[in-house]
Amino acid sequence: MIVHVNGQPLDIEPGTTVAGVVEELRPGGGRRGIAVAIDAEVVPRGQWDDHVLDAEARLEVVNAIQGG
Amino acid sequence: MPSRGAEMEVGPAIGPSPLTIAGRELGSRLILGTGGFASLDLLAQAIEASGTELVTIALRRVDPGQRGSIVDVLDAAGVEPLPNTAGCYTARDAVTTARLARDAFETDWIKLEVIGDDRTLLPDAPELLEAAEILVDEGFVVLPYTNDDPVLARRLADAGCAAVMPLGSPIGSGMGIRNPYNLSILRETVEGVPVILDAGVGTASDAALAMELGCDGVLCASAIARARDPVAMAQAIRRAVQAGAQARAAGRIPRRRYAEPSTVFEGTPELDPGDGAAG
Repeated sequence: MIVHVNGQPLDIEPGTTVAGVVEELRPGGGRRGIAVAIDAEVVPRGQWDDHVLDAEARLEVVNAIQGG
Repeated sequence: MPSRGAEMEVGPAIGPSPLTIAGRELGSRLILGTGGFASLDLLAQAIEASGTELVTIALRRVDPGQRGSIVDVLDAAGVEPLPNTAGCYTARDAVTTARLARDAFETDWIKLEVIGDDRTLLPDAPELLEAAEILVDEGFVVLPYTNDDPVLARRLADAGCAAVMPLGSPIGSGMGIRNPYNLSILRETVEGVPVILDAGVGTASDAALAMELGCDGVLCASAIARARDPVAMAQAIRRAVQAGAQARAAGRIPRRRYAEPSTVFEGTPELDPGDGAAG
């Protein structure tokens, strides 16, 4: 099924969690400094392992860059 | 009390007290922005040279190809992150970005930026105030980037912001403090929270002037990051902030229209020979 991650479609297995998508973007990179919103609502990191994605969910996965 | 300056110990060049924001004491009155540094290594050197304890970061979509992490640089330097909401045009986006930053960095501190257009990057005052009110309600320590408008700054402080951060001139312009009168009025108008100059610094003297006008700190990014030698400029601005704070505490003399002799006239010898020859 398809979800949208940072504006790009991503084909995932049903049952994939937020943690699974983060791992996909940052293989083995750890979770520190990363945050996730689904449909503009923050998903706290404590819920990533349990939050199963719905089809067509729109995820924003962000991390720190230089700025300000 | 020593009678001559030469006998006085010259202590560390700092202001009368540490900068305290939301109960946290910072040993440096300089906050470093990280945008524009050519590399993370250069940023690390500039952090050290600046002496800062608080460093801004921004949030953007994860780039799978990104190498190195600014979070690791901050950790290694032992400085605190100050996430910002750069690029947000609405209160709604800024609030969501702040919530993301809180989850990513486990800090309640947020440098709140809500801009009105991409040409001037000037704050959008109504959106800024709305976002500030929401974030204060949610327990954030809100440091808003604001216009040099004394009334808006007071409204932000009254809303519960932990500091107000007026611009001297537009972000990245290096135009210094275009309206020093506004800034000093703003300092008098805002009570109880620090005032930190947040944009426009082009070189060290701008930072010193901000402190002399009564600011409690200076946030500086482009002036350091885009200097020919960022590390040297970081040190120069560090010293300028210290010098400005010290000068403010020392109390400058009033400006006057005509000269005020520093040597008394009384006792001046009569050196005119009295034969009419002297001019």
